[in-house]
Amino acid sequence: MKKIRTIIFLWLSLTGLASAETVLVTLEKDNALAMVDPIAGKLINTVNVGQRPRGIAISPDHKTLYIATSDDNTIQIVDANTLKVLGRLPSGDDPETFAINPAGDRLYVSNEDDSQVTVIDIAHQKIIKKIKVGVEPEGIAVSPDNHWVVSASETTNMVHWIDTKTNEIKENTLVDSRPRALAFTDDSAQLWVTSEMAGTLSVIDSKNQQILKTISFEVPGITAEKIQPVGVLIDKQKQYAYVALGPANRVAVVNAQTYLVEKVLLVGSRVWNLAFSPDEKRLYTTNGVSNDISIIDLETQTVTKSVAVGNYPWGVVVKP
Amino acid sequence: MHLINLSIQRIVFFSIMILLCGNGLVQAKTTQTVTIAYLTQEQLAPPVLSNLDPFIKDVGIGGAELAISDNNTTGQFTGQQFTLKKFIVPVEGSVSDSFNKNIAGKFNFLIVNLPADKLLEIADLPATANMLLFDVATSEDALRNQQCRRQVLHLLPSFSMRADALAQYMMKKRWTKWFLIVGTKPQDQLFAEAIKRSAKRFNMKIVAEKNWEHTYDARRSAQADVAVFTQVDDYDVLVVADVSGEFGEYLDYRTWLPRPVIGTQGLIASAWHPTHEQWGAVQIQNRFREQTGRWMQEQDYGAYLATRAIGEAATRSHSNDLIPVKNYLLGKQFALQGYKGTPLSFREWDGQLRQPVLLAAPRSLVAIAPIEGFLHPKTELDTLGYDQPETACHWNTP
Repeated sequence: MKKIRTIIFLWLSLTGLASAETVLVTLEKDNALAMVDPIAGKLINTVNVGQRPRGIAISPDHKTLYIATSDDNTIQIVDANTLKVLGRLPSGDDPETFAINPAGDRLYVSNEDDSQVTVIDIAHQKIIKKIKVGVEPEGIAVSPDNHWVVSASETTNMVHWIDTKTNEIKENTLVDSRPRALAFTDDSAQLWVTSEMAGTLSVIDSKNQQILKTISFEVPGITAEKIQPVGVLIDKQKQYAYVALGPANRVAVVNAQTYLVEKVLLVGSRVWNLAFSPDEKRLYTTNGVSNDISIIDLETQTVTKSVAVGNYPWGVVVKP
Repeated sequence: MHLINLSIQRIVFFSIMILLCGNGLVQAKTTQTVTIAYLTQEQLAPPVLSNLDPFIKDVGIGGAELAISDNNTTGQFTGQQFTLKKFIVPVEGSVSDSFNKNIAGKFNFLIVNLPADKLLEIADLPATANMLLFDVATSEDALRNQQCRRQVLHLLPSFSMRADALAQYMMKKRWTKWFLIVGTKPQDQLFAEAIKRSAKRFNMKIVAEKNWEHTYDARRSAQADVAVFTQVDDYDVLVVADVSGEFGEYLDYRTWLPRPVIGTQGLIASAWHPTHEQWGAVQIQNRFREQTGRWMQEQDYGAYLATRAIGEAATRSHSNDLIPVKNYLLGKQFALQGYKGTPLSFREWDGQLRQPVLLAAPRSLVAIAPIEGFLHPKTELDTLGYDQPETACHWNTP
């Protein structure tokens, strides 16, 4: 009887663990990965990874993590459960940001110093192609329908539309100064691009690659130059988009239908990257200067907690 | 029936044409050339105090060339081709003659890497009225005030912007009692005037001021000499005004009292510095070093920004003509990425590029001005230098 009780207890606790999501944050200055339980609002563990970890992505089956360790010039393949390094992908020099396709078999890496995008075959761990893009490519995203890979060049001020079938640039859209991050809507119909120096966000129509709308932001008491939009995400219903405003220390809530900025939420210092919880009820932000993450409850659109994670939190993914 | 078919064909044809024209690919095939002239004069190598700073003969050009290549990467997608035409006047030559012969009437955009007097000489030639000049070398405040010219934009921070940057940091440190040492050259006097203006502005006290007047070889006597020279009443920080670097390097560690040195040596205020890595700066430092094999200097940074500004405005206005490019450069939308964490733009009252100023020690970046807490109703960048209400620039064309 006691044995059965123990088994039931164990089973319950295991399923309990499995259903609670884990927030994984790369710590650029600590060469480490922080694991946070967002429900408890607690840092659970910090594990060492390679030198200067920045970009992070999780495979569509949530089994594998990919972490760009910039100073090692590689992207590590990490088991999402055990956090053991399984291998390394050839990423080109100084990998920072990258994107994974919906099938989980291709990785697209921005190589900032070489002005190119590297296409990697994950299964064979080899480079398929290097695509010349503008100067200092940074943000990169794959459309959910797998039609496009879009790369933003910070100095060229463009987003380059790469056809995933041919791995060639099909189209370019000129956007405002220093495009930084980009995200597709779930239906792949729109691409949202932030321009850090101009302080704006462009909504681009995927059909014709033309700008539909340019959104700017205002925060009372903060000068325009401090408003530097970086990370952006749009919810699956296309109701709201969330935009990290960098040194303005705010996340803007944009109505994705009317394009009106409805709210700005105070988070930590130099808010950078964003991630949704799997049910999209919460939003997590990495705050580079205050060394923490903020947890935003999306039902009430309020910041509920901040959790100290380590030095220079950079990228964030959520493991269900 | 036949007629109707024909008109449908026409409609289809024109619709396709309209679609194609709105499309970037078609636009990219028609190439527009944007030519930028670059005027400089050879310099004689000055006497140096440190062998660590080699004399760079072609300073400035590296920055312009890097920006041309950056512009052309954008240009290959937008159908614009950028070229740089360099005019290097020999030491004994006349910059006006070179301008009149090679540049007048042939270019819309001119990057000028010349000292203040020669910049003014060029700016006052009649042919510049239909040009835009980008000054990438001077810091003189007069050029941004009484001597300002409508067709000249200044890329590097003025002496007053640098002095204000230092003063803000000193105020934060509460190092409020300054001992000012001024060199003998005219530029040293100008830097000292800017320091005095900042002292007044930020309520600092200049408790002592001395002129450095030695003409003999200071290397032999600096040890004994500086100690004696710096025996004044107590002060917090020694401010040196030695723009050309004739003696300033000898002050640190040799003063009578143990005090930090700031100004033109020690902790310096600069538009650019090798220690600067934030906000993507490491990328441009790497690209510049790869291209030239040396560190980027201020004039290189100025020339880079000038060329990128032209590129940005030409791309946005789809033009290589003076008026559309100038309007974009001076318009509200203009936001230049300068690797200093904030968009850069031109002050409409004096043509000065508003920008953060780096406060750097030889091997570490100490702070970036405007310092946190110095506020301004429009932009904190305008806490540095002459703000609109203070300007003496009224665009008087002689």
